[in-house]
This record gives sequence, structure tokens and C-alpha cells, in this order.
Amino acid sequence: MNIHEYQGKAVLRQYGVTVPNGKVAFTVDEAVKAAEELGTPVVVVKAQIHAGGRGKAGGVKVAKGLAEVKQYAEQILGKVLVTHQTGPEGKEVKRLLIEEGCDIKKEYYIGLVVDRGTGRVVLMGSEEGGTEIEEVAAHSPEKIIKEVIDPAVGLQTFQARRLAYAINIPNELINKAIKFMLSLYAAFVDKDCSIAEINPLVVTGSGDIIALDAKLNFDSNALFRHKDIVELRDLDEEDEKEIQASKFDLSYIALDGNIGCMVNGAGLAMATMDIIKYYGGEPANFLDVGGGATKEKVTEAFKIILSDANVKGIFVNIFGGIMKCDIIAEGVVAAARELGLDKPLVVRLEGTNVQLGKEILNGSGLNIVAADSMSDGAQKIVSLVK
Amino acid sequence: MSILIDKNTKVITQGITGATGAFHAKGALDYGTQMVGGVTPGKGGQTIDFDLENGTKVTLPIFNTVKEAVAATGATASVIYVAPPFAADSIMEAVDAELDLVICITEGIPVLDMVKVKRYMEGKKTRLIGPNCPGVITPGEIKIGIMPGYIHKKGHVGVVSRSGTLTYEAVHQLTTRGIGQSSAVGIGGDPVKGSEFIDILNLFNEDPDTYAVIMIGEIGGTAEEEAAEWIKANMKKPVVGFIGGATAPPGKRMGHAGAIISGGKGTAAEKIAKLEECGIRVAPTPSDMGATLVGVLEERGLLEKCKG
Repeated sequence: MNIHEYQGKAVLRQYGVTVPNGKVAFTVDEAVKAAEELGTPVVVVKAQIHAGGRGKAGGVKVAKGLAEVKQYAEQILGKVLVTHQTGPEGKEVKRLLIEEGCDIKKEYYIGLVVDRGTGRVVLMGSEEGGTEIEEVAAHSPEKIIKEVIDPAVGLQTFQARRLAYAINIPNELINKAIKFMLSLYAAFVDKDCSIAEINPLVVTGSGDIIALDAKLNFDSNALFRHKDIVELRDLDEEDEKEIQASKFDLSYIALDGNIGCMVNGAGLAMATMDIIKYYGGEPANFLDVGGGATKEKVTEAFKIILSDANVKGIFVNIFGGIMKCDIIAEGVVAAARELGLDKPLVVRLEGTNVQLGKEILNGSGLNIVAADSMSDGAQKIVSLVK
Repeated sequence: MSILIDKNTKVITQGITGATGAFHAKGALDYGTQMVGGVTPGKGGQTIDFDLENGTKVTLPIFNTVKEAVAATGATASVIYVAPPFAADSIMEAVDAELDLVICITEGIPVLDMVKVKRYMEGKKTRLIGPNCPGVITPGEIKIGIMPGYIHKKGHVGVVSRSGTLTYEAVHQLTTRGIGQSSAVGIGGDPVKGSEFIDILNLFNEDPDTYAVIMIGEIGGTAEEEAAEWIKANMKKPVVGFIGGATAPPGKRMGHAGAIISGGKGTAAEKIAKLEECGIRVAPTPSDMGATLVGVLEERGLLEKCKG
């Protein structure tokens, strides 16, 4: 789960990570009031969306005086920002972070991630702050310094010190940098983050070490023990169909194509998208109904697929293991009747109770095209939506 | 022969009184697995009854702790159906009881819990499969997990996969072509897990009854690339592959916690290129996994042996 920058900074502040003073604003008036309260000669007006690259897209402005704050807030609020992470449709800005200006001497990068290779949390740092860390990793990987953290004892001071020296933090600020990293690690572990990125971490003219930006991502499997983080969820930042799907414990991701997919199992769902594309079609979604789907769940899945106006046809691909084919067939028939299905529907059933499932589909009187295999089904639906 | 488990393996179920645990314990017993007991804290001393498909009735003892269950039953393996918040603790309890093998089916364990589990397991004898996996089956002998047993056929092809349903798909394609499996192992869809492809490939390599292997990967991480290098350097048997997620957009988690392209890394294209570079034939679509293997077996003169 992602949260906004201002929320991330508030979480980090609880753990002693130094962040600039700032306030969230939902309106232009609130933005001006926030700047007034901060009282600094320079304030930064920052668009709050769940995507990086805001600066380049015009979502971050430095304002000198309240008039400029007003002007920038008017410009940015309601604007649709298109960055390399939003997709071409962009994201509308509904919140601003009004933050005190900061005398930047030098920018660094600090991040924590769960590394699959080692099965541990890894602290990463680079002298090349501000830019995309992926670019640094691609062009000059030697500039990214890593420390692998033993979960039994956590991040150790010597590791933070070693990293601080390696990325050339000024000598007199080494201890502040160590405290910063230890605090960041404490927040990461305590809140079950999957990513914590400070880019840039800045050294200021007055000799402080500050998180100028903060990107926190939380492990959705651990949200059950973090009610405070769940409250930070911003539904405006999520796809409506994905929200609806999550209510029914369906795993759904909207895509750009026109063939709706309903599949059991994440791996098979991904592979179904692949095979549609292989035969020249475009999947409209990823949808895993899970192992224990009921008739009701299948109906909901159908409703969500059909609520996508781009969908021109549906491919149901089920390998029934624990999931029985007759249950799926009943769900498909019920949904098609309830929703008055007027689009091509191709169904491929295999596995437990497959004969029973096929009989239910055949006996339904609905216009359902049966497929013998994944590739047969994919080819049929691709030709039907053309 | 087989890997990890055979007809002599004695198994306990952790979480045996839950709906999922009880359902799959029965499924294992129906398949012929030596399920010898279960663990549910607070229900030690009670028993649980199963009415099997063949008409017999089995009564299994329940224990409060894994240690007691092992002492009383002589089990060497455990399967875990405990809910996500408590599953990491259950794995560590099984490791502490010195079981040879622990298979964790549970989906949704916090990743930092698994980081701790992996650290805890260092230097211990137990092998962990999963979490978030379908389990392990040695067809005709033993089934530990949630896979439908009847699609399998005893034979000589090993299957290892990050995805449950794609494993079934591959197994089905083999069985309908008359090709049986030595063992099928789901290693799970989580980013931090007990066993990686290489661990299982190594076992298949050493198993005299496995003649070829299907490896099913997906987007995210670099485990497939590492496995490909390992296969090129060590594997004595043909391996064919499939990688799911060629059409997955970056930054979106495709169901599995581990199936996400982040920082431009872990794409299907990269993985397929690496596999092919290492001499592993990759099925162009998930429908062609069986046919691709058959092609390779024919070329190597192994097809008849694998059908036998």
C-alpha cells in the first residue's frame, strides 16, 4: 500500500527521522494559511499524488511570499499531472504539501528494501541523490553502496557509519547521518514497510540532515497489525474497479485492452493475459478469483469485468483443483442471466467436476463458446472481439 | 524414486482443526499419504475423525505442540495451514522440532516475518517449501498440499514452479500426453521463501528416477536467471521452461506478492532471454509447456523412457 509524501513524513517524524516542517492543504485557502503559519521566507508547494516524477511534471514549485503560494496552489490543485509513473492518463492533484524551504548544500539517496536474494532488509545509499536510483543502478552501479541487515540484531551503527563514509557525507555530519539511518530502519521494521526511499536526503547549509522527500510503501500482508497505516489509504489514488474487487477478496488489476479475463490462480491469470496477447488480442484486466471462489464471488467478478466500458468480450479460464468447475459454471450462468450478457463469452474449464460444469453451461441456453484448451480459448475470444 | 517425500514419509498437519487444514488433511489421506496427526494449540489430547472416499474411517490424534506430535508419531514432515498472522511462528516451531521438511501453504504472511524465519532457520536441518505454495506431490505415493491429486501420473518428469495453477496446467499437459511425474513442487509466490528453484533443481538432478524437468517461473526477482546459470553449469538432465507475466505492467503486483516488476528488473523478456541463452527451451505459451517438453524428450531419445 502506498501513502502520500506528507503522510510518510509524519510517520517518519514519530521515529526521530528529521523532515522539514510542513502541512497538508486541500484548498488554495488552506495552502496560504499553512504558509502563513510556517512563517518561513521560502515555502515549497508540492503536489501530493502516489507517483514519482512530480517535479519534472510541474507539480513542485518554490514560492517566495504568500502571493506566490496562492498562485502556485491555484495552478497545481486540480491539475492532471502526467509523469513516467502515472501512465498517459495522469493523476489529478487533490492535495498539496506546503513545506518550509530548505537551503540545500548537497543531495544524497538513502533507501531500505526487502532483498529477495538474501532474504533480508538491505540499506542502500548513493552520493547521486535527486535522480532516479534506477538510472544510477543502470549506469553506475558502483555508486550504490549496500549494507545487508541481520534481522536478529537490526541495522548496526558500524554499518550506517560505513555507508555514510562511503557516500561521502561530510565528516562533521557522520553521527547525524547514522542517527538518521537507524531511525529510518526502526520505522521500516516497526511499520512493516516494503520500501522506504529518501530521495533526496539533503545536507543543509546549517549542517542538518533532512529527508526532503519520502516514499513509503507498506506490505499489504502486514496491514492487519497497522490500523494507523490503513487509515492513511487514499481511495482517490486507486482504480474504482480495483477497490470494488478488493471488497470481495478478488485480485483485480485494470489494463488497457478489450478482453476481460476471469481466471483462478495468480500464475494462470498472468499466463492467460500473455496468451491473449500472443494471439493478437489485448487483455482488459488481470483477475484472480482465488482458490475458494463461491457462486457469489464469480458473479461479482463478472460485474467488475463488465463495468469496464472497454470490454468487448470475456474469456473465462479455470483449472479447477480445489475450485470445482460446476461452481464456476453456476456462477457464470447466474451472472450472465443477471447482467444480461450481450458480449461474446468463451469458457475453458478443466479439472475437478469438469463434465458437470460443461453440462451446466450447455444446458443454460446462453450463448457461451466452449474451448478445449487455453490456446483454443484465447484464439476464439481474440477472433470474436475483432 | 522421487524427491523430498515418498510413501514412507510420515506427516503432521499444523492447523488441522481449521476448515482448510481439515479439508486438505482428508485430501491427503484419500490420496494415501501417511498423515499421522495434527497440531492445534488448546486441543491437545483430542482426536479428529475423517471419513475417507474409500469408506474407511481414520482417527488422528491432536497435539498442543509440534514437539509432542513428533515424539508421539515419529513424523518427519509437517504441512502448515495456519492463518497468516501466526504462520511464521508455526514454521519456527516445526524447525525447532527438527523436522526434515516443512511445507507452508499459508498465503499472506508478512514479508518481514519471513525474513526472521529465514534467519532463524540458518544452520538448522529443516528444509522449508513455501509459503504461499500448493505443496509437494510424488504421484501414486504421497500428496502434501492443496493440488488436485487425480491429474497426476507416476513417472519421470520433475515439475518445479512459483505458481500453483500453472503447475496443475503443466502436469495436466504431461499426463494427457502419457508422461508421468516423479515429483511436482510448488515453491511459492512470495518474495522471501524457504526454497528457491536451484534447491529443487539440485534434488531433481540427483534423483535417478527424474529424467527431465519443467521449470515454471514468473515476473519479479532474478531467481529464474540464477537458476538458468546453475542449470547451464550443473544440470545433467534437460530442462524446459515457461515464464508467466510477459504482458504485466511494471509496478503492479500481479496477485502474488513476488510477482512485480520493480525498478525495470524482473521482466519476462529478460528471464526468457537468459533461459534461452543457457540452453533452456522456453514454451511460447502456457498451452505449449507439455508439447515443448515432448519435443526436447524426442530429440534426446528420452520420450519412450518417460512414457514408460
